[in-house]
Amino acid sequence: MKPAAKNSLTPLPMKARMKVPRQLMPEQPANERNKNFSEVNLGYSPELAQQEALRCLECAKPTCTVNCPVGVKVKEFVELIVAGDFLGAAAKIREDNVLPAVTGRVCPQEDHCEGKCLLSKKVKPLGVGYLERFVADYEQRMGTHVLPNVPPTGKKVAVVGSGPSGLTVAGDLIQKGHKVRVFEALHELGGVLVYGIPEFRLPKHIIRQQLDYMRRMGVEFETNVVVGRTVTLDELMQEEGYDAVYIGTGAGLPQFMGIPGEHLNGVYSANEFLTRINLMKAYKFPAYDEPMLDLNGKDVAVIGGGNTALDAIRSALRLGARKAYVLYRRSEAEMPARAEEVHHARQEGIDFQMLTAPVELLSDGKGWMTGARCVRMELGEPDAQGRRRPIPLSGSEFDLPLSVAIMAIGTTANPIVQSTTPGLGTNKRGYIQADSETQRTTRQGVFAGGDIVTGAATVILAMGAGRRAARSIHDYLTTGQW
Amino acid sequence: MFKIIDAKFLAPAIKRFIIEAPRIARKQKPGQFVILRVYEEGERIPITIESSDPARGTISIVVQSVGKTTRLLNSLQAGNHILDVVGPLGKPSQIENFGTVVVIGGGVGTAMAYPSASAMKQAGNRVITIIGARNKELIILERELRAVSDALLITTDDGSYADRGFVTDKLRQLIQNGTRIDLVLAIGPVVMMKAVAEMTRRDNIRTVVSLNPIMIDGTGMCGGCRVLVDGKSVFACVDGPEFDAHKVDFEVLVQRAGMYRDAEQRSLAAYQEVESKSKEEACAISPGGER
Ligand SMILES: Cc1cc2nc3c(=O)[nH]c(=O)nc-3n(C[C@H](O)[C@H](O)[C@H](O)COP(=O)(O)OP(=O)(O)OC[C@H]3O[C@@H](n4cnc5c(N)ncnc54)[C@H](O)[C@@H]3O)c2cc1C
Ligand SMILES: Cc1cc2nc3c(=O)[nH]c(=O)nc-3n(C[C@H](O)[C@H](O)[C@H](O)COP(=O)(O)OP(=O)(O)OC[C@H]3O[C@@H](n4cnc5c(N)ncnc54)[C@H](O)[C@@H]3O)c2cc1C
Ligand code: SF4
Ligand code: SF4
Ligand code: FES
Repeated sequence: MKPAAKNSLTPLPMKARMKVPRQLMPEQPANERNKNFSEVNLGYSPELAQQEALRCLECAKPTCTVNCPVGVKVKEFVELIVAGDFLGAAAKIREDNVLPAVTGRVCPQEDHCEGKCLLSKKVKPLGVGYLERFVADYEQRMGTHVLPNVPPTGKKVAVVGSGPSGLTVAGDLIQKGHKVRVFEALHELGGVLVYGIPEFRLPKHIIRQQLDYMRRMGVEFETNVVVGRTVTLDELMQEEGYDAVYIGTGAGLPQFMGIPGEHLNGVYSANEFLTRINLMKAYKFPAYDEPMLDLNGKDVAVIGGGNTALDAIRSALRLGARKAYVLYRRSEAEMPARAEEVHHARQEGIDFQMLTAPVELLSDGKGWMTGARCVRMELGEPDAQGRRRPIPLSGSEFDLPLSVAIMAIGTTANPIVQSTTPGLGTNKRGYIQADSETQRTTRQGVFAGGDIVTGAATVILAMGAGRRAARSIHDYLTTGQW
Repeated sequence: MFKIIDAKFLAPAIKRFIIEAPRIARKQKPGQFVILRVYEEGERIPITIESSDPARGTISIVVQSVGKTTRLLNSLQAGNHILDVVGPLGKPSQIENFGTVVVIGGGVGTAMAYPSASAMKQAGNRVITIIGARNKELIILERELRAVSDALLITTDDGSYADRGFVTDKLRQLIQNGTRIDLVLAIGPVVMMKAVAEMTRRDNIRTVVSLNPIMIDGTGMCGGCRVLVDGKSVFACVDGPEFDAHKVDFEVLVQRAGMYRDAEQRSLAAYQEVESKSKEEACAISPGGER
């Protein structure tokens, strides 16, 4: 008997469903949360979750599932929520998505499941992300993951990189009975989920619980191994006996603008800024040893308009910045960040300077930056990707006083594995070539996916690639055919 | 966890550790380094690998106490563990038969220069090694370096051992004597490397220095270790740490090294207080303790 059945609700008639408003996510008040690193969103209660679930129209052709990169069966898990079977709902999501507590929080839902939800034609879309997060958190609170019991195949797979892509591969393959070992360069597991995305958006205990679960399933982890340096991919296959390797090393080399003054003290890449805070806990200095420039009462700007930029500047605000600016060279419509983050950032008091870019960082003559010389932009013709190109407006220069500038203008491919693995094909920009269906690379037995194949993308796309790779690695290991 | 097999002071505040790290030991080449984190709340710091023993699965490092993390590290003993050690990182030194190579080590840089000097010798070079330190006590690895060098020249700032002066005085003498020099490799304090670079620039002697900017990950991810070489931004952990000395912007290097001075001093002061407390306590319980 399922204990949750007592919470079972009767589905509403179709018409009534459109009348239920989208349930608001409870959140920490903006003027409190901008001073702490605790999570912004507090999560639905079971009652709120069920109210929200009642809104789903149970479409015959659910666009939500079609638009989810891993095809989460939204309609079915939402029905289980209505029925009060939260654990059943979690199990349903897990059929397609091994990290629901993560995706429910960080997917750009407006581009995927919620983007074309039938409800959104008339009212607000179903809160798919909020619901996904709710059941995942519920399941974790109950601590009732079921451990699969599968006979071992005797095959060994090495996974390089412990980001969402690598973790998906590991989770899927261990459930097929293969031996899986994950190699991670850093001292902590989780990739961008731990060193990039801050605690206030994705609490680290969520990743830790997921990793514990994977350990209990039998996945082995080895940190402090830079594949290509500590051990090469060929050594893993030839000397350590791995039958297949998955490369999920992520993008991750920060780009700089190449403008004068970028070497001044006070200039960070977003990766360094966020790594100091998230991985090294510099926000707890001096209890933790990693230092960080003191931002109390300082004026800080981030350059860029993606999730990385917003994470960096919202962290700066939490570390006491007086003014916290986003300088973005296009307009809000082009900003790649998740809609919810832009909204939250505004509430917290971030100052968005759109159509603005620095052309030079100014110095005090003693090696420290004092500000940015900026120029305003207008949007011209669309570029190759269809985004309107920013054009500087002559005579629009102005100086913005700043103590710290954070560059968040994108990343390039991490080259260490490619440059130490003969025969591994890459594209012009240095990313690994992999088949978009099978994730096979140009080397037999070697698969790749996630940001290291596509360039910086999203968690769910990296996980989707991991899922496809796991399927074709399993095929390869069982048939021996390449 | 990486076990310390052996730990001995070579000089006051300079300690050599032998650490169990079989994977690193198998792959290490001269010029490469590890990044380590001593304990959970610790920072990640880079340290050059002095030598490795692939058969025993160990590496050795030589650490000079300068701030909190290096002092804490140097308080560890055989049997203790270091939480994280990752490597070997960075590009190995370019080792080939250049002809005559002058290897210069300043302070703890002497330990960092040792693996390269030894490899240069094995590659068939005539190796002239110059080492320098503030005083006699701080001269390290003299015996080891003598064994791999055709000539070993030593200076101390105060003249308490060998010749009084700086390593650059010896280099100047070599140049003035008309010694044929095909390559200079200088590792040590930035001021020393800069002085060497200026001296060899005049005679167009190819010179390589090993840069030591502040690092975190050591894999090219954070961009914190960026240095200005030939007017371009490069990452010392993946593009270096060795660079053409005549193209390095030493001013930017010095400036960026000072970015966290305030925080570092706070850390150190707090740690020294802990150190002196634990000493007092140790004295209090052992009746024979010095007071
Ligand atoms: C600050 C920030 C915020 C973001 N916010 C969002 C968001 O809200 N929503 C969203 O969907 N996406 C977001 N993204 C993007 C998302 O995090 C990435 O697309 C995703 O993490 C890619 O996953 P991955 O597994 O390919 O690589 P990564 O997560 O980058 O993981 C790669 C791992 O491989 C390790 N590694 C690298 N080289 C080696 C090697 N040679 N040997 C061993 N290990 C190695 C790395 O240390 C790392 O742990 C954000 C990214 C950043 C930086
Ligand atoms: C490639 C490389 C190889 C090195 N090899 C050796 C070696 O073999 N033996 C040795 O004793 N030292 C070596 N160092 C220097 C060593 O890393 C620093 O002395 C150490 O990080 C200082 O930490 P601290 O907390 O004790 O001192 P702090 O008080 O924190 O800092 C003192 C000074 O050390 C430098 N420093 C601080 N943090 C870092 C960091 N995370 N990364 C790099 N430098 C930092 C800064 O210039 C700072 O001003 C090397 C550095 C590099 C980059
Ligand atoms: S995984 Fe992401 S895109 Fe798919 S349903 Fe969940 S929140 Fe939506
Ligand atoms: S598209 Fe929207 S309304 Fe339709 S099934 Fe999916 S979530 Fe429900
Ligand atoms: S240490 Fe992070 S990029 Fe070099």
